This record gives sequence, structure tokens and C-alpha cells, in this order.
Amino acid sequence: MTRTEVDPQARFDEIIEAGEKVEPRDWMPEAYRKTMIRQIAQHAHSEVIGQQPEGNWITRAPSLARKAILIAKVQDEAGHGLYLYSAAETLGVSRHELNEMLHSGRQKYSSIFNYPTLSWADIGAIGWLVDGAAITNQVMLTRTSYGPYSRAMIRICKEESFHQRQGYEIMLALVNGTEQQKAIAQDAFERWWWPSLAMFGPPDDQSTHTEQSQAWGIKLETNDELRQKFVDMTVPQADYLGLTVPDPELRYDEDSGHYHFGEIDWDDFWQVVKGNGPCNRERIAHKTKAWDDGAWVREAALAHAAKQANNSKGAEK
Amino acid sequence: MSYDVPREENEVDPEFAGTQNGFPLWEVFVRAQRGLNHVHVGSVHAADAQSATQAARDVYTRRAEGVSLWVVASEHIHASDPDAQGDWFNDSKPYRHPTFYEIPEEIGHM
Repeated sequence: MTRTEVDPQARFDEIIEAGEKVEPRDWMPEAYRKTMIRQIAQHAHSEVIGQQPEGNWITRAPSLARKAILIAKVQDEAGHGLYLYSAAETLGVSRHELNEMLHSGRQKYSSIFNYPTLSWADIGAIGWLVDGAAITNQVMLTRTSYGPYSRAMIRICKEESFHQRQGYEIMLALVNGTEQQKAIAQDAFERWWWPSLAMFGPPDDQSTHTEQSQAWGIKLETNDELRQKFVDMTVPQADYLGLTVPDPELRYDEDSGHYHFGEIDWDDFWQVVKGNGPCNRERIAHKTKAWDDGAWVREAALAHAAKQANNSKGAEK
Repeated sequence: MSYDVPREENEVDPEFAGTQNGFPLWEVFVRAQRGLNHVHVGSVHAADAQSATQAARDVYTRRAEGVSLWVVASEHIHASDPDAQGDWFNDSKPYRHPTFYEIPEEIGHM
């Protein structure tokens, strides 16, 4: 077969159909490329912004061990952001553009990071619930159709398990502690439960992207399927901790083998997506300031590199 | 910006210097253990090779994933045509494979 005979769309469809991976230099439909950039960028931004609510507690961690663990976790989040930016850049978007789009609000990050971390128990709840929900989604994405995204997900999933376990361990320590410690654990659980369920996105009948994303092999399970999986996994974990799920409708359904749960407050979800959550402005202001404050470091590094390159040129003569 | 330094004539904005990203892009390769090849794992942005190596260490080997790192400026990677599947990577010569040849069973393993 000669090159001119290959219909690029047919070749792309073949790859998707066979469950193979699309790689950076393959031809792909423009809409696929755009969807992929949008999704990977949002994911990367979420990892980067996600450092803030947890970083908030590094200086106030209750012990040196907890502090070291939290620093390692926040470093991982930075690393995850970088794996994902690296994957996004293979689609022809530059890091500079991605930064710009985050800072200007043209690209979003997961709304979950617009909620504040009010007590130490929030660090436990985030690791357990938020990272737990992220893992549910990311395990699916290890099989996504775009090669670099899939490989970044495999790397991330390997590291994410520690995040969830350290969170659960924090909760475990708190529920076995004083009455006050039990109370902050329950309080944090109640505040993070619903936003964690909302992380999976709108219900299937309102999700605009799901159908096309499934056809392209980007998403292999729907928002509602993943949400159900997460609830089924998490409720027994909450029971073990002796925490009460803040949902009067929650009950185990013997017939289906699944937990039935109440309606998510989607108005609140959309308010936060639209920028009106408790911390939206603070998160972007902080990120932008860190970027601007670091400008002199980037300039110095480039000046140093230019000088070194010049020096070695001089030495060759 | 938290400070204001006047720009020299022809001074390049670091965010657009050299490449669109400011810092050039480097591809990162990790050798997981002695005896294995370096394998491509991703990329980093850095001003020079030395800081790229440092960044690669921080980003890709936080859990002893490797014993050695390579960084290569991305612009120096030259790749084959992705559409060249049929022309370049075909397997049209079955006699290059050992299973092409029939050897009597009596001979045993060969």
C-alpha cells in the first residue's frame, strides 16, 4: 500500500475501532485534537491548582511525619500536572498558551478545588474522597485512546494510591481520637461528600461531551457509571470509620447490588463552575501571583544559559 | 509583576525567547535499572541541559524509578513519517522468521 492511498479518517477510525492508541504525529480529526487538548489541559490545571487547598495545611500539620507526607503528596500533584502538560503539548499547544488560558479563565480546572480546607480533617477527607473519586476516573483513563494521555494516567495512578491511603489513615486516626476530633472528621466528611460526587460531572442525560468522547474511545464509562462505582466503594469505608453519610436517601439496594443515593445539588455545582464558588478568585489570584513572582527566576535561568552557550562558543575558537 | 526592570534594547521576553514557551522543551528518557534501555517518559521545559536534567529528576523519578536519565532537546528528535506504516514497517518477508522453516520433529528443539 502506498502512502497516497491511505485515507487518514479511515486509518484513524481503524485505530479507534481496534482499541489501539492514537499517537502524537498521527492524523486525527480536528475536533478530536481540540477535545483532547481541552480535557488534558483541564486535568493538568486541576492537579496544579489542587496543590493550594492542601498546601494550606503544610505549616500546620499535626506532626512532623504528617507534614513530610503532605509535602510529598503536594509535590506529586505538581508532578502530575507536569506529566499532563507534557502530554497536552504533544498535540501542538504550547505551555505558554496553557498557562495563559488558565490564568485568564479560558480553561477551567476541577471545581472541587474551589472549596476551602477549614480543618486538618479536610486533608484526610480530600485524600480519601477527592483522590478516591479522581482514581475512579483515572483508572478508566489509563485505557483512553490518546497514547500520551494514557501513559501519563498509568504513571499518575501508580502514585495516587498513596494519596488516598494517607487520607483514609488521617480519618482513621481522627475517629479514634477525642470527641472533638471525631466531630471535625464528621464535619469534613459532610462538606466533601457531595462535591466529591459532583466531580464526575453532570448526569448522563445532561452531559454534552459523553457520547462523542465514548465514540472516540476517550471515555470508556459514563459519569453516572463512575459515580455509582465510587459510591459503592466509599459507603462501606465510611461505615467502617463510623461516619454518617449526609444523605437521608442513601440505602443499599439488594436487587441491584448498588447503593441508591439522593439528588446532587446541581445548581450549586454550576455556580462553582461559573466562578462563584468560595475560593475561585483566590485560587487563580494565587496561581497568577506565583507565576509573576517567578519571572525573575526564569529570566535569570535563560540569561545564564545564554552566557554559558556563549562562553563555550568562545572556547571552541 | 512584583518588580520592574527596564528592558535592554532587543531584549527578548523570556516567555517567548527561543521557542513560544520561553524555556525550550526537552525529551526525557529514564533507565529503570542497569541492563535496561533508556525509555522515553515525557518532557520538561528548562533553560539549559543541566537544569533540564534536574527538572527531569524531580518530575519523573520521585520514587527511584530510574538509575540514569537522558534529556535531549526536543528540536533534535527526528521522527519517521507517521503515515509510513505500510512502506516502512511491513513484514513481507516471512522467511526472516524461524517459524517459516519446517524441521523434522526427530531433530528436537532447534
